[in-house]
Amino acid sequence: MATLKSIHACRDRFAQFAIYTAAFMVCAAFVWILSDLVLGGAAHLSWDFLVDSPRDAGRAGGIGPILVSTGLVLMVALMAALPLGWTTAVLLAEYISADSSFGYAVRYSLHVLACVPSIVFGLFGNAFFSIYLDMGFSILSGGLTLACMLLPILISTADAGLRAVPDTYRLSAAALGMSRTTTLFRLLLPAASPSLAAGLLLGTGRAVAETAALLFTSGYVDRMPGSLLDSGRTLSIHIFDLSMNIPGGDARAHASALVLITALLLLNVAAMRLAAGWQRRRITE
Amino acid sequence: MCPGPRQAMSEQKQMAGEDNIAYTLGPMQAGPICCDPQPLIQVEDLSLHYGAKAALDRVTLDIHRGCITALIGPSGCGKTSFLLSINRLTDLIPGCRITGRIRIDGRDIHDPLCDVQTLRRRIGMVFQKPIPFPLSIHRNIELPLHEHGITRRADTGPIIEQVLQDVGLWNEVHDRLHSPALRLSGGQQQRLCIARALALNPHILLMDEPCSALDPLASGIVEDLISRLSGRYTIVIVTHNLAQAGRIANYAAFFWTKGQAGQLVEFGRCRQIFESPSHELTAAYVNGVRG
Ligand SMILES: Nc1ncnc2c1ncn2[C@@H]1O[C@H](COP(=O)(O)OP(=O)(O)O)[C@@H](O)[C@H]1O
Ligand SMILES: [Mg+2]
Repeated sequence: MATLKSIHACRDRFAQFAIYTAAFMVCAAFVWILSDLVLGGAAHLSWDFLVDSPRDAGRAGGIGPILVSTGLVLMVALMAALPLGWTTAVLLAEYISADSSFGYAVRYSLHVLACVPSIVFGLFGNAFFSIYLDMGFSILSGGLTLACMLLPILISTADAGLRAVPDTYRLSAAALGMSRTTTLFRLLLPAASPSLAAGLLLGTGRAVAETAALLFTSGYVDRMPGSLLDSGRTLSIHIFDLSMNIPGGDARAHASALVLITALLLLNVAAMRLAAGWQRRRITE
Repeated sequence: MCPGPRQAMSEQKQMAGEDNIAYTLGPMQAGPICCDPQPLIQVEDLSLHYGAKAALDRVTLDIHRGCITALIGPSGCGKTSFLLSINRLTDLIPGCRITGRIRIDGRDIHDPLCDVQTLRRRIGMVFQKPIPFPLSIHRNIELPLHEHGITRRADTGPIIEQVLQDVGLWNEVHDRLHSPALRLSGGQQQRLCIARALALNPHILLMDEPCSALDPLASGIVEDLISRLSGRYTIVIVTHNLAQAGRIANYAAFFWTKGQAGQLVEFGRCRQIFESPSHELTAAYVNGVRG
């Protein structure tokens, strides 16, 4: 008895140790990255850094135009991908039966698309938007390429969210003589809003952090963009360029990365708040 | 068209009066006296298939205006399917096919000219599990009203108060109309669902085991409510609680699965079904569950 008990206790303690170690290692990795960025970049962070133009290939100056380009690329991508993606998700979840071959084909191709490496999207965007549609290296072309990349994420999160809404809502709404459209906009989409927000967040995060897809589409030019047809350098490309191609650019690369990570964290918090708020309003409204 | 609830009520009062023949077991709180049964829902040769599987086989049945008709029978014999085909919710179920004819007030509900939304507005439905929408109590009732063009606050306000009074919920919730409906108790949620259906001024109420997900106390409250509603509405209620069927229903229909599909075995006045069933299956079921 006693030995069995001690074996159990020993096993429990070992399991506990393993679990804590794993969790600790994950946290440690995050802390390490963050502290590296803070140590290397915090000294260069200032208001001027955020608004100035880069000088000397980015070794000096700031990232003003780069932030603007990043914002514009993101805006183009979301404006193209959100309506298209969410409409497709509604079609998939609400208008096509779950086991139809068309629905299956669309879902399958979305899974495949989600696995395509971003550099491939970059090459496709370059061939299609930049060259075939003659947009050149431009924010528009980069944004549209990103939109293609975001579609699978936006569609599958929204699709899953809508599908998770219990069928009983659809039945009882129909039993009250409510139209499909009203049911969709007043009940189903609000009920799925946390998923929509999650998809939006994931998508935005992915778009802000994307490098490879933009290399050949929105380009490197670090001037302030004058229009959507100008080339613009996004933050992640700036970091990539500074650390790979510019000797002595490390400090600014760290500072830029710190800005990027902070932006992503803020985005995260904002999206969570938004989702929680929606849910509250939807219930109490 | 069928008279509205209030009109029906006054008709009822005229109809009642003389010979108080009770067709139901036990006391009826406020039921109509169905001495002059008029068919409101006429179901002829209704068969229903889910894909290749038959769920209902040639059901023919008249449901009378202003009466409560209880559907009884074991699980899986097609009672829910029968209800869903009356307001054409079966349209929403993929692979569900219907043959036969259902007429309400003489009009075929599968007529291409029949507007489904209007049809469903006139037929309230209450499901087994209460399904309040994840909205406020007030909004739960207001949303369907808006859908049917009743949008002015001056109109919706009194209707909402009236139906909440009707289901006895007003005193419990009038000071928190804007709090989430999901925070109500199960019995309150079910009564809210009934109120939501009543707000559209239906003439028929379909109830699919409305008390089975509730505790006995809440179930009793809902049962009282249903018997108060009889007369104003034509009610079709599915229940496994035979005592309940006996207390509130005027008519009973006994379904049974024969072969693969559910069939109507016997239909008649509630008392007759319970006390002198003409079919031996009915007798076995009624006595078996009782004893
Ligand atoms: N959506 C559906 N798809 C396939 N079969 C169903 C569906 N709904 C019900 N059925 C089947 O139809 C039969 C009748 O079901 P139902 O009408 O729910 O019976 P009851 O309400 O009397 O328990 C059952 O055998 C059930 O398995
Ligand atoms: Mg059922």
